[in-house]
Amino acid sequence: MRRSRPISLLKAVVVLLGKDLLIEWRTRARLNALIFFSLATLLLFSFAVGPDTKLLARNAGGYLWLALLFASVLALGESFRVEQENLTLDGLRMAPADARAIFLSKALGNTVLLVGLGALLIPVMIALYGVKVTLGAGPMLGILALGCMAVAAPGTVYSAIANNARARDVLLPLMLFPLIIPALLAAAKATTLVLQGDPMNQLGSWSGLLIGFNLIYWGLGFVLFPRVIED
Amino acid sequence: MSGLMNAVLQYGSAAAALVVVGLGIRLGRKWAPVDSQMDARPMLVGMSVAALVLLAVGGWLGLVWSPQDREMGDVYRIIYVHVPAMWMAMLTLVLNFACCVSYLLKANWKTDALAEASAEVGLLFGGFGLVLGAIWGRPTWGVYWDWDPRLTAMAIMLVTYTAYMALRRFVEDPDKRAVWSSVVGIISFANLPIVWFSVKWWRSLHQVQSTPKTVDPEMALSLRVNAWAFLILLTLFLLHRYRIALATREAEVALPDALPPDAPASRDGNSTEVA
Amino acid sequence: MEASPAAPPALALHDVSKRYGRYWALARLSYTLPQGRSLLLTGHNGSGKTTLLRLVATAHSPTHGQVEVQGRDTVKERDAVRREVALLSHASFLYEDLTAWQNLMVLARLLGLPSPEDASGELLTKVGLGRRSSSPVRQFSAGMRKRLAIARLLMKAPSLALLDEPFGELDPAGIQDMERIIGELKDSGVTVVLATHLIEQGLSLCEERLHLQEGRAVAA
Repeated sequence: MRRSRPISLLKAVVVLLGKDLLIEWRTRARLNALIFFSLATLLLFSFAVGPDTKLLARNAGGYLWLALLFASVLALGESFRVEQENLTLDGLRMAPADARAIFLSKALGNTVLLVGLGALLIPVMIALYGVKVTLGAGPMLGILALGCMAVAAPGTVYSAIANNARARDVLLPLMLFPLIIPALLAAAKATTLVLQGDPMNQLGSWSGLLIGFNLIYWGLGFVLFPRVIED
Repeated sequence: MSGLMNAVLQYGSAAAALVVVGLGIRLGRKWAPVDSQMDARPMLVGMSVAALVLLAVGGWLGLVWSPQDREMGDVYRIIYVHVPAMWMAMLTLVLNFACCVSYLLKANWKTDALAEASAEVGLLFGGFGLVLGAIWGRPTWGVYWDWDPRLTAMAIMLVTYTAYMALRRFVEDPDKRAVWSSVVGIISFANLPIVWFSVKWWRSLHQVQSTPKTVDPEMALSLRVNAWAFLILLTLFLLHRYRIALATREAEVALPDALPPDAPASRDGNSTEVA
Repeated sequence: MEASPAAPPALALHDVSKRYGRYWALARLSYTLPQGRSLLLTGHNGSGKTTLLRLVATAHSPTHGQVEVQGRDTVKERDAVRREVALLSHASFLYEDLTAWQNLMVLARLLGLPSPEDASGELLTKVGLGRRSSSPVRQFSAGMRKRLAIARLLMKAPSLALLDEPFGELDPAGIQDMERIIGELKDSGVTVVLATHLIEQGLSLCEERLHLQEGRAVAA
């Protein structure tokens, strides 16, 4: 008889993340729709603000993050919807997979997705709004990763909750948006500094805020998530 | 006003408020449960009278007795209601957080009911305070909304707790609702300091615009009396809302006709462990 | 596995109640299933069979009372119980967008099996899906899903197998296969708890019977 043995948290995260990315890849039509949705959002800001190119360039960082935020609601909402068909989340819990590993894998998967999306949006933003990345690609990607992680951690917890509630499509952004205002603020500010230069050395404090936000919410999610999905 | 009068008002209002809070806790335990036989009418009337008297005294102190502000004239007087309302909102959110943590540690319908009551009453006081803040902003800054860090942080907080209440409405299973809303309550509370610092930072990098919050010693008495009056009001609101929440929970988790005749007595919320 | 007198019962329910929202799906259910016996659960739709199986499988915790599997509490020792039980339910726990092979591989890796590939391949052949292993589950018929779900159950190598309507959605050949698989499970010492409307099949497979009505045990 085959005997199973417990696997480490890290290994479980790797298995689950691999599974999620595989599903994401196999349903990439949906992924493409998400990409075009966020590109369309980015384009819409130019029309909403008008043809003032200076204004657009100045606000480019904010627009990038708003586009990412709107896309993230769709991506996050989907991350537990795929587990709802055939009750696969129950299947994972009973496998058994550590609920904390499920949290980490989902949050990491969402981070990967959002960072990928951001990496596609940034060149478009540069072209569309006529900005240049003054501080270079390194800081830009660092801020992108930190900001996406900051959205993904609380977003994963709230997505798991909203997924089982009524009106889940409204509930997720309603709960998530006010929560991640500090992260949005910091990410947009930091991005603007990366784009326009940082003469007063403020980038450090905004990235510090992002790092602190991440530490708190990844920690809280890690501790609280098992209570959300276990009954 | 004589120093004696001053002391009487200061300590009298504090004593009255603390007595009412004590009574409120007692009534919450004895009278709020649905099967309670207690006749709380005399105490409730007494508490309401205390609230009205203190509010009247506070109103008189704030509107008549307190001196005009040197810079803002009479406009500043709104702080006598605005500031206490905001304090009460903070207080209820701390209470909500305590309930959320407590529920996750040990499931109990009473904690869940108190969490619901505190969030809703907190929203009421916070919303009231926010509107007053905006009204005050108009003559002070010329606009209703100046993105003042305090008010902005408060507005974000109100939206956060509105979402918390929305979640409570949108989840039908009482056990799940209690656990999930506790998780959301804890996360929302953890967010408050982050919001506060980030908003302050965000504003300070643009322009220095601080609210004149330095209160003259003469004005302190009026503010204190009003704050104690608001605390009594808060206690009453919480008590009634808690009673309603308990009754709702009771109806949800142990509707008698939903149970077969000799089904378990599940009215005792303590025995309901949510693992 | 021989039932020794000292061994705890395979399954013990102590005054178990479960409430979903306002509805009591199980009410004060007590029952003990000795080692080496298999249990047939009967009852109408909505009588609590599925709820009971989900409680034993640790998908839910009981609202009141305790459930014990091999002497272990399903709430306090949840992870240990999860390694003992496996559930075949209406919901297949299968990812529609993954292939049959990938579905089994995910579980095999989560279980920490020494050779996930071998285990998956072997089981796919065993349930007769060897040739469809690289088709996504979305293209499967209901009967094929059932077969894959039973492969998933077998992969866990449980000591207590919970089968909720295993014969549903199967063609006659499938029912025969399922009976054979259940027989093999029993022969290898696995305790089987079977919920089904097909009482004939059930009685031929199980020694014990528990009839549920509105969430409580009644004489059949």
